Amino acid sequence: MSVLSDLPIGRLARVLSVAGTDGVGVRLLEMGLIPGVEIRLLGTAPLGDPLEFELRGYRLSLRRSEAARVEVQVDAAQAEEATG
Amino acid sequence: MKTTNTQTTVNAARTIAVALVGNPNTGKSTLFTALAGVRQRVGNYPGVTVEKKVGRANLSGRAVDLIDLPGTYSLAPRSPDEMVTVDVLLGRQAGTPRPDAVLCVVDASNLERNLYLVSQALDLGLPTVVVLTMVDLAEGRGIRIDVARLESQLGVPVVAVAAHRRMGLDPLRAALLKSILGGRRESVTPFPPEFQREVGDLHTRLTSRNGQTPRFLVERLLLDTSGYIENDLLSADDRATREALSAARSRLAEAGQPVPAVEAIARYGWAANVLNGVVTREASESASLSDRLDRVLCNKVVGVLIFVALMFVMFQSIFTWAAPAMNGIDGVKERLVAWIEGANGQPLMQAGPLRSLITSGVIEGVGGVLIFLPQILILFTFIAVLEDCGYMARAAYLMDKLMAPIGLSGKSFIPLLSSFACAIPGVMAARVIENRRDRLLTILVAPLMSCSARLPVYTLLIAAFIPDTRVAGIFGLQGATMFAMYAIGIVAAVFVTIALRGTILKGETPPFVMELPSYKVPSLRVVVSRVLDRGWAFVRRAGTLIFAVMVLVWAAAYYPRLDDDASRRLAAERETLEAKIVALEEAGEQESPDYAAVSERRDDIANHLSGEQVRHSYLGRAGQWIEPMVEPLGWDWRIGCAAIASFPAREVVVGTMGVLYDLGTEEDEESPSLREKLRTATWDGTDRKVFGVPVALSIMVFFALCCQCAATLAVIKRETNSWRWPAFTFFYMTSLAYVAALATYQIAIRVVAG
Repeated sequence: MSVLSDLPIGRLARVLSVAGTDGVGVRLLEMGLIPGVEIRLLGTAPLGDPLEFELRGYRLSLRRSEAARVEVQVDAAQAEEATG
Repeated sequence: MKTTNTQTTVNAARTIAVALVGNPNTGKSTLFTALAGVRQRVGNYPGVTVEKKVGRANLSGRAVDLIDLPGTYSLAPRSPDEMVTVDVLLGRQAGTPRPDAVLCVVDASNLERNLYLVSQALDLGLPTVVVLTMVDLAEGRGIRIDVARLESQLGVPVVAVAAHRRMGLDPLRAALLKSILGGRRESVTPFPPEFQREVGDLHTRLTSRNGQTPRFLVERLLLDTSGYIENDLLSADDRATREALSAARSRLAEAGQPVPAVEAIARYGWAANVLNGVVTREASESASLSDRLDRVLCNKVVGVLIFVALMFVMFQSIFTWAAPAMNGIDGVKERLVAWIEGANGQPLMQAGPLRSLITSGVIEGVGGVLIFLPQILILFTFIAVLEDCGYMARAAYLMDKLMAPIGLSGKSFIPLLSSFACAIPGVMAARVIENRRDRLLTILVAPLMSCSARLPVYTLLIAAFIPDTRVAGIFGLQGATMFAMYAIGIVAAVFVTIALRGTILKGETPPFVMELPSYKVPSLRVVVSRVLDRGWAFVRRAGTLIFAVMVLVWAAAYYPRLDDDASRRLAAERETLEAKIVALEEAGEQESPDYAAVSERRDDIANHLSGEQVRHSYLGRAGQWIEPMVEPLGWDWRIGCAAIASFPAREVVVGTMGVLYDLGTEEDEESPSLREKLRTATWDGTDRKVFGVPVALSIMVFFALCCQCAATLAVIKRETNSWRWPAFTFFYMTSLAYVAALATYQIAIRVVAG
């Protein structure tokens, strides 16, 4: 289990939960970050923040601090592939 | 005054109203323009900064008021600006007709996320038509949509359009009219039964206490944990409902349906069902092309270089491409004035108040409005192209980290950068920032960026007073002073932003949760219509204010008329001299020394008289009146007077100083005689020199930080929909400028003396 901001580039993960019910938390939910959805980190901005993700067939930009609220499960099959 | 949502049927006599909703970047505005044409009424909703745009469309002979609502990802208001959209849709917005139907604009290439908003719109229970845009883009990316199946699974009509090519509009009009005549439909709710039960109970309670309340708002009340809807809907002493509300939320959490997550889960679950079998995807060249392009454009080295190059071209073009057009406007202005005053022959009008009003008030006023148009049009061409091709969001993405330390987001970068050319287009560009607080902060500090209108002031004073020597062997002192003027504005902007964020513009940091749309080729029609829209909005809504200020300042400098013995004697002498000149000209003696002496004496008198007139006017009196206030800055009353006169526009200060030092109005910052005159000017009645390095510095610092620009204030009024923010901007910038100029002068005289 880890958070979205720690995801390595290109790795697929599954959203477990979003922390917080403030504006950022609600906006993350509205943009489709709900439990079970698949998400992938595509890259970072030149200064290392924000981050660009792919989910539900579109591209989403999140700051590191915002991505850190999203708990994810790294896709098991893929993780094995990466380590093995 | 809000009206409750009452059931009405569509009858033939009433104009139908249709509201347009949609995510940002879905082509909603393009569709609006395609349906309503140029017949649009643009204004603001009262009390908020949201632009109100209503157009007139024609549905098979029936007139329809088309209401364009701001692009949004969700109908979950947490601020007054977001509430406007919901109020309009529910018919609670005074002065806006209650919509008979909703047009929901949906990006076909991003259907799933867009259906979230559709789900909320269907909750409203109004006749709804879903408009699919960007179908060609989606197909290019290998996304195929079964429109018939989507329509049957959604339960409302779905029409695919390509608004920028005028395709699909007739089927859309037909579908819209049919749905409207079909009347209200049952609202569709994707929520689980536990949630609906709680909404039902709260709805009954609120309706019995407050009268009819839309069920949609009760849903929002239950879902919105920020307290905004609670304060909007419940009276302060309604403790019972508040308790019932929090009890309902606890019950939902226990049942595994916690607020607010329950909404996203329910709506995305619904969307997945609706999309079942609707979308087929295949790998495509263009999808991977957009991604590959993204990797290059967001690359640490190449991406940054491309961004810097783009910004450089944009910035340069606002300066240089606009210059010929601006010179052209100035040229036309001068020729008009010359024609009226009869510089080369018979004057069109005799000298007098009316002629002065027309030449110095009206023509200057109209010119003072039009002069900004080239820069506005050029900047908005860039912005429209960048927006339409999808790069605008990347620009914000690239710059976000740089802006975050002062509490702004990457979206503020382009408005602030443009403000170095001119704050007017800069302030207008801030409308790309959806968050109200970020937009206000950007607007309030944009005028601190040293714009091109400050250059004449800097150029004149630096050339006249800053020695052309080198510091530390490498930097020219004059160049370093110029640089310092730009730096002081940026430093002030950083501190002002931080200060405002900690005081009057407090609040949670807005999220940078933003879609990065896929790249596409921009549409010429979209770009042209957006640019013309902005230019026209400026002329019509800010132009009138700028014009009014120009005329007022003209009057302040023109009245009361000077009419004492000395000036009458001089005027009489001038007339004698004029007659002598005419006589000499007729005798063909233009080359004689006598002719030169007479015309020089005539010009001196004319310049002295116009100087005397300004000194005698309300403006001059105001300058003398504020002298005690500006004396600590090292200024004499003439500088104070020029500063007041420059309220419509900073660059006026150079010309005004020319008049006040009896050089006539033709002086500009490059003029050696104005420089010389400034160097030798003395305080009235003494031989103490007015100017020196400390005074020059204090004037420059003042003009770097002050808001002597009526046009900027007029645009801020227009963009914020309130007089409060331009008044605040003027007050804080003038105070800042005064204090900084005071400190500069007092430190500089001690350095010079020591």
